Amino acid sequence: MKVVINGDTSEVEEGLTVAGLLETLKIAPGRVAVEVNLQIVKKCDYENHALNDMDTVEIVNFVGGG
Amino acid sequence: MEFTEEQLKRYSRHIILPEVGGKGQKKISEAKVLLVGAGGLGCPVGYYLAAAGVGTIAIVDNDKVELSNLQRQIAHSVKTLDMHKADSAKQTFEALNPDVNVIAVKERLHSKNILALFKDYDIIVDGTDNFPTRYLINDACVMLKKPLVSGAILRFEGQVTTILPGDGPCYRCLFEEPPPAGLVPSCQEAGVLGVLPGVIGALQATEVLKLIIGKGKPLKGNLLIYDALGVNFRKVKIPKNEDCPICGKNPSIKELTDLSEEYCSI
Repeated sequence: MKVVINGDTSEVEEGLTVAGLLETLKIAPGRVAVEVNLQIVKKCDYENHALNDMDTVEIVNFVGGG
Repeated sequence: MEFTEEQLKRYSRHIILPEVGGKGQKKISEAKVLLVGAGGLGCPVGYYLAAAGVGTIAIVDNDKVELSNLQRQIAHSVKTLDMHKADSAKQTFEALNPDVNVIAVKERLHSKNILALFKDYDIIVDGTDNFPTRYLINDACVMLKKPLVSGAILRFEGQVTTILPGDGPCYRCLFEEPPPAGLVPSCQEAGVLGVLPGVIGALQATEVLKLIIGKGKPLKGNLLIYDALGVNFRKVKIPKNEDCPICGKNPSIKELTDLSEEYCSI
């Protein structure tokens, strides 16, 4: 299936969860916020939230420098 | 307030803009803006706001100027090394524009002084370098219903958003809790391209001026992410979280607390 990650379309395996996606991208879940179809996914739901075909995913880094 | 001839000249490029005009420039000269941090972001934000003629600019910063700051903190110089950043920035901004009243607040923000410091200002600008203060500023602005223009930088990435309490999401709607300690590095640890805060600070100053003159669309409900290496600006919509602990329907945060530095110091 296809999902749109940060504006770019990618092919991912069927039923991939948010946790699985972050693992694939080698992103530590604690340093990002994840939005799927304009809804923030709570950290405790990363393991259970399965992505669907053509979902729009935004992965936003924690950036705190000034 | 009537403009002097000198002021009419100084602000002529603003005054001829139909969106600003004499009326808008008057609003700018009467505005009171508080900057948290006189670092990478605070320097360009303050510089441009001073140039624009913002009447009162407060700068809250307890740090002193170090040589490693000068790669990006353009309001300071070798002449102001070891001086309080708030004083150094005040000197620079007042030299650029004597119309501006710059108030140097050489204090560290904490839960006990933040509300008193913020209450007299129209707009708050976040340019801090640590997460505990970012959350504290967000929470205080929500409580006081103060517009907040937030900016952040690291390495080659910058982020900007405008938070209008009561009208859209806040910082906690996106990032409910601070990151675990040690997971997100600081600019000191991971570096930052010196010009990056210039880009982000200029965007923050633009947002502030738009809010003051009441023109255009504020960047509320969106996080603008700038990737300097990829030359990409990405706008991510932030939904308002009805369960947000500070701006939701039943907020669980009723009073301000200081997060421990070790918890998520960057």
